[in-house]
Amino acid sequence: MTIRPLDPVQALERMMLIRAYEETLIDLHGRGRAAGTCTSVGQEAPAVGVVSALTADDLILTNHRSAGHLLARGADPGRMLAEVMGKQDGYCGGKSGSLHISAKELGVVLTSTIVGGELALATGVGLSRTMLNKPGIVACFFGDGAATEGRFQESLNLAAVWKLPILYVCENNQWQAFVHRKETMLADGIAGQAAALGVESAVVDGNDPLAMFDAASTAIDTIRRTGKPFLLEAMTYRLRGHFEPDDQGYVDKAELAHWRDRDPILCLRARLEREGSLTAEAVAAIEARVRATMEAATAFADASPYPGLDALTTDVYA
Amino acid sequence: MTTMTVNDAISAALAEEMRLDPTVMIFGEGVATKRHDLLAEFGAARVRNTPLAEGIIAGTAAGAAATGLRPVVDLLFAPFLCYAMDEIVNSAGKLRYISGGQFKFPMVVLAMTGAGWGVGAQHNHNNESWFVHSPGLKIVMPSTPADFKGLMKSAIRDDNPVLVFADIALGYSAGEVPEDADAIPLGKAAVRREGRDVTLVSYAKTVGTCMAAADMLAASGIDAEVIDLRSLKPLDEDAILRSVAKTGRLVVVHEASRLCGVGAEIAALVAEKAFTSLRAPVLRLTGPDAPAPASFPLEQAFVPQAEAVVAAVRSLVAEPATA
Repeated sequence: MTIRPLDPVQALERMMLIRAYEETLIDLHGRGRAAGTCTSVGQEAPAVGVVSALTADDLILTNHRSAGHLLARGADPGRMLAEVMGKQDGYCGGKSGSLHISAKELGVVLTSTIVGGELALATGVGLSRTMLNKPGIVACFFGDGAATEGRFQESLNLAAVWKLPILYVCENNQWQAFVHRKETMLADGIAGQAAALGVESAVVDGNDPLAMFDAASTAIDTIRRTGKPFLLEAMTYRLRGHFEPDDQGYVDKAELAHWRDRDPILCLRARLEREGSLTAEAVAAIEARVRATMEAATAFADASPYPGLDALTTDVYA
Repeated sequence: MTTMTVNDAISAALAEEMRLDPTVMIFGEGVATKRHDLLAEFGAARVRNTPLAEGIIAGTAAGAAATGLRPVVDLLFAPFLCYAMDEIVNSAGKLRYISGGQFKFPMVVLAMTGAGWGVGAQHNHNNESWFVHSPGLKIVMPSTPADFKGLMKSAIRDDNPVLVFADIALGYSAGEVPEDADAIPLGKAAVRREGRDVTLVSYAKTVGTCMAAADMLAASGIDAEVIDLRSLKPLDEDAILRSVAKTGRLVVVHEASRLCGVGAEIAALVAEKAFTSLRAPVLRLTGPDAPAPASFPLEQAFVPQAEAVVAAVRSLVAEPATA
């Protein structure tokens, strides 16, 4: 299956939309209008790179840091904001909040905020693809923290043994809630564990969406060809705290400065400007579109009503 | 009628449902090894052994259920459910609600528990009430081969996660099962014995204990009604209240520990909705607040016995009620 090449300018715009969405939520939270969230600021590249390499048949499982994956898949930022604000027009009718937004209509399924929860569910989604002869693969996003859960090993092992079509995407953002991953594991990354389980893997610059897209395309092609799972580890960085608000007083300033210099949006923008494929006018136009999108999204979420109280006990049982 | 054990009844239900619905499958530790008839008929794709990792087994079932399959998973012993709590409780039980109804989880979790094999507390723990307390789950705990078959069929067809607890001591007990028996609906209790003087409510192996006690009581003129709950959630409240309205006396008997057990819920239900029918305090006979011991006499002492049920009823019934 041929995947369309990723347009770098479109990738930049999508990353800027994700950033603007998160900044909108940070602002809304600061004004007491939305709950604190776990943002994906700094991690836009794996979301845009990997999701752009998927087809409409493919399914996505994500986690509490999901805004990038949803928006890269084309989710409506208005319905996402409405969900975070607990409104009726949110993707989950306000019952999820920010932490576990699923959008089945987009193929974003079973979002779980239990760290590692998505890893345990992904094998089942992969199993149904194979048992029902569905064409799609399953992309499962998780972090380096989830990889310290036993479910990581259990999931990769079963996927390897049962030949399940799963693209495991570890966004190694260096942080596991309030603990740096250097405190919790000796290796710099988790991809080394895959080989022991018989799973092919690759380590990618997780701040480069084009590199992520290329690596994901190759991995997905391998999965479709062999039916076997594949692990991508995106080396990236969580530029903000575990959740908002967070003063990041526990973060090493030199490390944070290093990664801020590698901000995926600034880096791609500088590269495209250097290559002559992006003008200042084009950037201004993108910024204006993103701003308008977020203003409309905020207005939509504001206008959405809260769910009726009868929703308290609906959809408990099928 | 045909005679079969509880274990065979479970396999028979699986076979019938797998014939009817190609999305039904079963996996778990040793499933393909032990249920070889199913493996022979349905093949290795639908009858699978797994690593002995309960968390990923249950999570795989939940993920598969939400995306088009009807998996049955055998997690072997109820204490092993601790390894699968997140997948059963946080995923299968909650993700329908959390997602605003976008997903359903038609899956069945099988687990054994209960005294009888001397396997000790890490294989024997009647923890069914934990799951009754968890939203989104349904719980059944039958007592006869026919009920195991009929309730397994309903559990497989249900669009919600259903936990089917099998009492270890009942596994090889035989009973009559109608050959063309249909599914038995979830949430319907069975009146095993009709009586006027006292209601004995139980489930799983202690239903037999209550039946034995009822026979002993009958010899002294006390007429006990025995209700087999079969399903713990949904709970057949009407069957309990109807019986207590008639007898005015209630003894709840189960092997699980007393504190926050199913018996506490039933006692509260009757206090709230049938208080004026009561002619005596509600009593509970249960296991103690202790892990299940392996030693045979201790293990038997853990479980309410018929003599204790008889004594409890006698303490409530000074004289047989007149008709």
